[in-house]
Amino acid sequence: MSKRKSPQELGRYLKFKRWLAGDLDLLEDVTEDAVPVAAPEIADRLPARDSALESRCRASEEVYGPEVWPQSHAPGYAQAWRDRVALQKGAGDAQAVLQAQEKSLGFFRAVYKIMAVLLCGAIILVFLWTTAFLPPFGNPDNPANNEVPARYIRHGVEETGATNFVTGMILDYRAFDTFGESCVLFIASCCVQVLLRVDACDGKSAARTRIQQENDRLFEPKNDGILQQTARLLVPLIMIFGVYIILNGHLSPGGGFSGGAVLGSGLILYLNTFGFAKTERFFNERVYRRMTLCALTFYCLAKSYSFFTGANHLESGIPLGTPGAILSSGLILPLNICVGLVVMGTMYSFYTLFRKGGM
Amino acid sequence: MEVFELLLLLSLVVCAVSVAVIRDLLASIIVFMSYSLIMCIIWILLQSPDLAITEAAVGAGVTSVLFFVTLKKIHAIRKEDRDE
Repeated sequence: MSKRKSPQELGRYLKFKRWLAGDLDLLEDVTEDAVPVAAPEIADRLPARDSALESRCRASEEVYGPEVWPQSHAPGYAQAWRDRVALQKGAGDAQAVLQAQEKSLGFFRAVYKIMAVLLCGAIILVFLWTTAFLPPFGNPDNPANNEVPARYIRHGVEETGATNFVTGMILDYRAFDTFGESCVLFIASCCVQVLLRVDACDGKSAARTRIQQENDRLFEPKNDGILQQTARLLVPLIMIFGVYIILNGHLSPGGGFSGGAVLGSGLILYLNTFGFAKTERFFNERVYRRMTLCALTFYCLAKSYSFFTGANHLESGIPLGTPGAILSSGLILPLNICVGLVVMGTMYSFYTLFRKGGM
Repeated sequence: MEVFELLLLLSLVVCAVSVAVIRDLLASIIVFMSYSLIMCIIWILLQSPDLAITEAAVGAGVTSVLFFVTLKKIHAIRKEDRDE
């Protein structure tokens, strides 16, 4: 039984053989993995039971499994035959049950639609009603404008050294909160890895076939001229923009997360254009793992001291420099770089996980 | 400026509704992308360029790409091609 193949695999194999023989264009052919689907009419159009054919099918079922044999011997025959047997068994009862089910389902479908519209309208109404009680936008007397933002705005630059208040807040005053947030993100990305990753270590042949099934690189155009020329122009610009956002996170709008997302999108564009082989040369799983580990550990070491001291701000001993210079504001720049690297790696690894279940 | 903002907010609502209503999955993802772009402009008008950059990169870029990959995996895009 070790020779048993899955129906998709066998279908693909047969298709590949037809392609080799030259009577099938793989790019034109869109009916992938054609496992025969039985239309109910086939059962009626079938000839009377053909015992010789059936025994031949049985024999191949022993080798390949029940789903395969109609494909190799009599297209559509087996499923139709099975359907007819099932129909004859149930005969009238099955029809009646089906009709009754359809009727009750129809009622539920109507109720479902009405309830969905009602619920949606109710939620919209509640939200609008709540919004009516919110304080007006930009009003100086709003409850949010208390002593905390006043302190941030008045003393933010001299205390954190960052001319971008938001970054100063996120990565200095509230760096420990941000650490918790990045932990949440890390756990989320771990969950995605657990769900989507194809583990190559357990059961060599099984994993290999799964990787081949997940791999959808077979059917894509390899050298798309328009895409490649555009990407040659765009990818460097996107990457430089991402690096700029990260490095200037404490001076101008942006920071680690947005810059990392831009870098990740640039990498995904590069990957889509030039294929996995070229990206794996400089960015494979080992690089990703080491990079993420180093960045997260550095962030953890640099900011988890607040957990032990209980204070929200402590002197790090690093000179803050002149606000506005690129080497200023102490730990914020290295932290931004760390966050950027982690976010870039996470975006890229999500994409590769979706594509082929691993980097 | 007021009119421009109102126009943006209106198209935001239109996009949000049409994402749910459109039956073509590919088209609804593209509408979702344009929702993110409009949101990005609104963030800039609300004077938070940080969020605008993130929205453009994550909302319009990475999320839609992931959606596209998923659609390709479940063979939803290919079916659209076959109908044409």
